[in-house]
Amino acid sequence: MSEHPDVIVCPGGPLLLRGDHVVQDEDGVTHRTTRPVSAVCRCGKTSTSPWCDGTHKVIPARNRP
Amino acid sequence: MLTPKPRGTLSQTLFELMRSRPDELGTIRGRRPEHPDDAQISLWALYELSFRGFEDVEESLEWHPDLVALRGELEADLEAELRERFRTAVGEVPAWSPDAFFDFCADHDGPSLASFVHRDASTDQVLDLLRLRSVYHLKEADWVAWQVPRLDDTTKAALMELQYDEYGTGNPHRLHAGMFARGLEASGLSATYGAYVDEVPAEILEQNNAMSLFGLHRRLRGAALGHLAAFEVTSSLPSRRIAQGLRRLGLPEAMAAYYDEHVEADAVHEQLAVRTICGALVAAEPTLVTDIFLGAFSCLDLEDRVAHRLLGEWAA
Repeated sequence: MSEHPDVIVCPGGPLLLRGDHVVQDEDGVTHRTTRPVSAVCRCGKTSTSPWCDGTHKVIPARNRP
Repeated sequence: MLTPKPRGTLSQTLFELMRSRPDELGTIRGRRPEHPDDAQISLWALYELSFRGFEDVEESLEWHPDLVALRGELEADLEAELRERFRTAVGEVPAWSPDAFFDFCADHDGPSLASFVHRDASTDQVLDLLRLRSVYHLKEADWVAWQVPRLDDTTKAALMELQYDEYGTGNPHRLHAGMFARGLEASGLSATYGAYVDEVPAEILEQNNAMSLFGLHRRLRGAALGHLAAFEVTSSLPSRRIAQGLRRLGLPEAMAAYYDEHVEADAVHEQLAVRTICGALVAAEPTLVTDIFLGAFSCLDLEDRVAHRLLGEWAA
């Protein structure tokens, strides 16, 4: 069995973070994770920054991370 | 909860025997449902014996041989129907990859209740929808929990990582089903478990029964996890539309908060369900890929049927 990752990069989608973290958004505001796994936006289009809200699925594939 | 209202001759006899004359349950053998409503409410009630049960039915009847036999017949009908719809609509099952699964869900075209709530629904229509949804949301995530002990270690751990969040990470105030209950109360609706079962159309019962079917049978674990994944994949963006629709209508923040939570939670859960849960299941048991897509298709198709029914009624 391969090692259990703390961070998972989802192709075309968010970055998954396992466990407790403090994430600083693009405006310098810090956000504490609140769930066992959190999804950090990588496409830049989320309405709930810094967290993913699924918006990457409705932007053109070439603009996805 | 008390036994629901019967909807035909089978459910009439079944509920009467379950409540008052369990020693005569043998007479139910060979009885067939009168029509789909009768079949779905009968099966729904038989499944409910394994969830919270009914105040007017003995708990021991959950495993009564004649009820188990009847449940088996109704389940065989439902499974055959779901498999036939899948065969007809899907044709060739895709090879497994997370992208193939996301594409399968994205390419599925159906009417959207979320879009209707977002822009057009009236307050009464939204309250109707919340009543119908309550049959599922008050036991959200419970059905797939039945599959936990039947999975290999990696898939089991991955499923529990998602389920732990569904169950509020041990905090009952954050349990998703509990958040929905508080939203119902704030909206002036009953949050009593099963309160609106008598009002729901057969399509809602069938949608709930399919989840119980997939959850309760070990051999259907692929369909269960595929259904879960499709449910999560189609939740985040629609939840945002619903939250916006609720705010457009000035409905209580507690109800909108439930949908806000699902925007963020299900953006995580969809990745987990597809990549770490279904991905692990496929790695452990590659022959289950077809059933994963059967579960996914059934999730999407049953929601289409609910949406057709409700949008049709509301347009009339």
